[in-house]
Amino acid sequence: MLSYTLKRLLQAIPTLLIVITISFFLMRIAPGGPFDGERQLPPEIEANLEAAYHLDEPLPMQYLRYMGNLLQGDFGPSFKYKDFSVSELILQGFPVSLEIGGLAILLALLLGLPLGVIAAIRRNSAIDYAVMGTALAGIAIPNFVIAPILALVFGVLLAWLPAGGWNGGAWPNLVLPVIALSIQQIAYIARMMRASMIEVLGSHYIRTARAKGLSESQVILRHAIRPALLPVTSYLGPAIAGIITGSVVIEQIFGIPGIGRYFVQGALNRDYTLVMGTVVFYGALIVLMNLLVDLAYSALDPQIRYD
Amino acid sequence: MTTDTTPYSGPRMPAGGTPPGGPNPPAEPDPEAGAVAGESLTRDAWRRLKQNRAAMVSLILLIVIATVCVLGPLVLPWGLAEVDWNAFTAPPSLEGGHFLGTDANGRDLLTRTLYGGRVSLSVALVASFVSLVIGVLYGAISGYVGGRLDNLMMRFVDIMYSLPFMFLVILLMVVFGRNIFLIYAAIGAVEWLDMARIVRGQTLSLKRREFVEAAHALGVKDSKIVTRHLIPNAIGPVIVYVTLTVPKVILLESFLSFLGLGVQEPLTSWGVLISEGTDTMQGAPWMLLVPSIFLAVTLFCLNFLGDGLRDALDPKTR
Amino acid sequence: MSFRRLIPALLLAGTAAAMASGAPAATLAIGNGAEPGTLDPQKTSGAWETRITRSLFDRLIDYDVDGSLVPGLAESWRISDDGTVYTFHLRDARWSDGEPITASDAVFALRRLLAPATANHNANLYYAIHNARAVNTGKAEPATLGVSAPDDRTLVVHLDQPAAYFLQALAMSEAAPLPEHLIERAGTGWTEPGTLVSSGAFTLEAWRPQAFVRVARNPRFYAADSVALDGATFYPIDDAGAALNRFRSGELDIAYSGVPAARFDWVKQHLGDALRVGPLVAEYFYMFNLRDGQPLADPRVREALNLAVRRDVITRQLLGMGQRSSYWYVPRATAGGTRGRMAFAEESPEARLQRAQALMREAGYGPEHPLPLTLRYNTLEDHKKIAVAVAAMWKPLGVEVDLINSEAAVHYAAVAAGDFQVARYGMVATVDDPYDFLNAYADGGSAARSSGYHDADYDALVERSTQTLDPAARARLMTRAEQRLLDDYALLPLYDYVSAHLVAPGITGWQSTPTDVHPLRYIQIED
Repeated sequence: MLSYTLKRLLQAIPTLLIVITISFFLMRIAPGGPFDGERQLPPEIEANLEAAYHLDEPLPMQYLRYMGNLLQGDFGPSFKYKDFSVSELILQGFPVSLEIGGLAILLALLLGLPLGVIAAIRRNSAIDYAVMGTALAGIAIPNFVIAPILALVFGVLLAWLPAGGWNGGAWPNLVLPVIALSIQQIAYIARMMRASMIEVLGSHYIRTARAKGLSESQVILRHAIRPALLPVTSYLGPAIAGIITGSVVIEQIFGIPGIGRYFVQGALNRDYTLVMGTVVFYGALIVLMNLLVDLAYSALDPQIRYD
Repeated sequence: MTTDTTPYSGPRMPAGGTPPGGPNPPAEPDPEAGAVAGESLTRDAWRRLKQNRAAMVSLILLIVIATVCVLGPLVLPWGLAEVDWNAFTAPPSLEGGHFLGTDANGRDLLTRTLYGGRVSLSVALVASFVSLVIGVLYGAISGYVGGRLDNLMMRFVDIMYSLPFMFLVILLMVVFGRNIFLIYAAIGAVEWLDMARIVRGQTLSLKRREFVEAAHALGVKDSKIVTRHLIPNAIGPVIVYVTLTVPKVILLESFLSFLGLGVQEPLTSWGVLISEGTDTMQGAPWMLLVPSIFLAVTLFCLNFLGDGLRDALDPKTR
Repeated sequence: MSFRRLIPALLLAGTAAAMASGAPAATLAIGNGAEPGTLDPQKTSGAWETRITRSLFDRLIDYDVDGSLVPGLAESWRISDDGTVYTFHLRDARWSDGEPITASDAVFALRRLLAPATANHNANLYYAIHNARAVNTGKAEPATLGVSAPDDRTLVVHLDQPAAYFLQALAMSEAAPLPEHLIERAGTGWTEPGTLVSSGAFTLEAWRPQAFVRVARNPRFYAADSVALDGATFYPIDDAGAALNRFRSGELDIAYSGVPAARFDWVKQHLGDALRVGPLVAEYFYMFNLRDGQPLADPRVREALNLAVRRDVITRQLLGMGQRSSYWYVPRATAGGTRGRMAFAEESPEARLQRAQALMREAGYGPEHPLPLTLRYNTLEDHKKIAVAVAAMWKPLGVEVDLINSEAAVHYAAVAAGDFQVARYGMVATVDDPYDFLNAYADGGSAARSSGYHDADYDALVERSTQTLDPAARARLMTRAEQRLLDDYALLPLYDYVSAHLVAPGITGWQSTPTDVHPLRYIQIED
């Protein structure tokens, strides 16, 4: 297992290199540049700006320059956030996104898994319909609808919690964004858990366990849940990478200083260095999370081996 | 066994029992019976689906929604882009002729929602199809063959996950111009990834099962093992994930419209209508509610239909 | 990479929580539209940055509470009769670290402003200074710029020709004198909290990206006694709905993030005493592509398109925030008295539509020979609403509009490349003067390059108006220039922008101004 892990970590290097190279050229070939805005700049000034960021060099040269700097751990200065380097922006914002996203995932697992299991056990009962109906509503209502409603109701009308702001991560400021971020995940996880539980509960293996006289709760807790977690685990790999890197909607509506906005706004602003920084960071997370998922498979099902 | 601290472990399974994660083998993995079994399988599944009331009601409702979206605009008095200069942001009313109100430009919301349904339903259909065909096959092959190929295929998936989607979309637009088929291509390009990961995970677990190894020993071709044994046994998570994909792509399409790739005015889609409606939800809630209700009903139907299909296709209960 | 900034910022983030609960009365919470990309006043690109930098760096010439010009670091100044030599007398003032603010700080700042490496966005506003263009394009050394400091308190600026807007330009935040002694030492890191040295009413206290920028009263400011606020915190809130929520819950005293269009009526009814709406020096118009071979090269088509658009429907029914329907190009709120106007402005809609249809027939178009036209806009709800309405208004002319939306970078790249037929454009003045607007359509200007507009007489009128210092004579020249552009129907003006901000009742010393500047130093909180 250790050698497998090491092998996978080594493979991450070429994987990321491919991601970086494709992304670099994708981004640079796309129309629109960092200085295309409502105020059209005179050609003299645009030339100065391009020279300041080496955008006047041939593209392959810029690529080599970028890779050279990257090897030294230098992601370069952000185009838009000029007083900060890309590394500073990501390092300052990531802990915030990780905190909100981590709590959201935790909440989603703590609620989603049991709800899915219960719905599966009490299949086609009122509980099942209630849980799945709620889950479907959670999936159907996008978070750009949920988040402003939460802020309005709990932040303004009831005034129980702040309507926004980070406030150094004080807990009242965390509640609404974490809920808004987790609703959809709870629903996803509950739906998937229910489906795979039903699958497992119907299996020959569980029937055997029941036939051996084990109580229903023993059957479920000891034999059914672990294999049923497999699809949820597959889903969680990329999902976690996405959630802990923040959500632009949640950050804008609640004023959270995370890194989610850099993914969308960096691209919209053509903040080339920032986009590349987010790509590298996200790519590394994806690779890491999918590795963890593959390792988790063996823990959930000892028969899964990698050779 | 009851004193085990670990809930289960493979070697301690009762002889003849199926290992964990363990759906059951089809009774007789008979290499000859393929074609006949396939046909009766479909007919059998359909018979069982018909017995599921919720699934049948859902199926009928879905057909009704799709039909209304296709034919409705032909009957309604308002055109897609027709402006009623006397009714900007008008609430639903019978007298004005706008049964579900108008949007900020004075255009009939029911008409626009039905037109939008054509786009959203077709996007959902294509995305589910791509996710099913590419995602399921890709994941099953990757998991079943394993080893180097699995590694290569999964690293490709990692790369696809990591590429900045927005630039991919913008470049598609530059190369091919604005074209509705590009929406399908862009959404298809990313929507199969999750499915491939999930099916691969299931396959990794399933392929060590006795019934697969038995089929292997009997000389069943690899392609048949994948399509006849592995994929049917992973059908539960697959169907659920497809129903989860549908709302995701319907909303993703509105992001494409934002970039200029998706539908363009005056055409619209449910995703676009919902994001427009979000801005006005406090002053003009119908603009959010109307498309949301269409979307929600579709989702509920898909969900029940999905559950019914899963039961009908389940090889274990056959 | 600088991690020095990281550590104090993280520590301060903790104290922010403590501050919020028991905040002192004279601290203002401001919703600031967006996260500042920089606090270097010469590298800023938007109002969300200059709002902060103006409170930190005083200029030679400052804004009054109503946006008019008043002496700042320069106590007084003299302009030579030919309008080319400006002599400023600096007051006795100090940087926040106690160093004196000298004329050489002003010389340093102007040279740095025009140095190519600074890549300042507005450098062309200062091209009137002797040798400025050569310096900015790298053809001359910054030391050759026509600015000098004969002594510590005197600054002399030599222009190549008179420039009527020049004092306005010097009031801009990028023209502020800068602490040479610090920038030489600290380099690009000079804007970090704890390092930055300011000359204005406030000093930089803390900056946590995407969370807040906090400024505190500068006791060394020359008029520190007149400053009422102890400090202010700028929160980067770009979502208007989020800003409204936080304003309503009392978390913000002022919200500069705008008011959500769909909530405007509600806000007017329920928060009427907090809503401040005022005209801006900014114009919303459709740019026409006038190049040969384009359908809009035909002036009859341009006139017809202009005639058919009911601006009142757009400003009242679609927007409804008090935007003013526009039949001109230079917004009416602009100083300087430019008063051009499209000839048909007062005619009835029916008469206009009839003439428009006749013109289109003359040009060879009609229901049988429709004119296909593409209309580009950048993705935004209001732009979409307007484009849809305009397309419907053009329909009776036999114009079939293909709407193309794209995100801003793609949109503006297409406009700059002339790759459009009709394109939505918003022009916002950098200074309260028609100069930006008129120059854009003059030879070499941004709009002229995009639209292909070229008219030698127009260019000459604009050039003369810029060099005319007598206000009445200049107004006449500018009006003639604008009228030429309008008689040509070179563009399709839609409306003059307004600003809409939320200011809590009890806050005084705040006014709507045409350039949207609201100096922090005059603001007071009354209980």
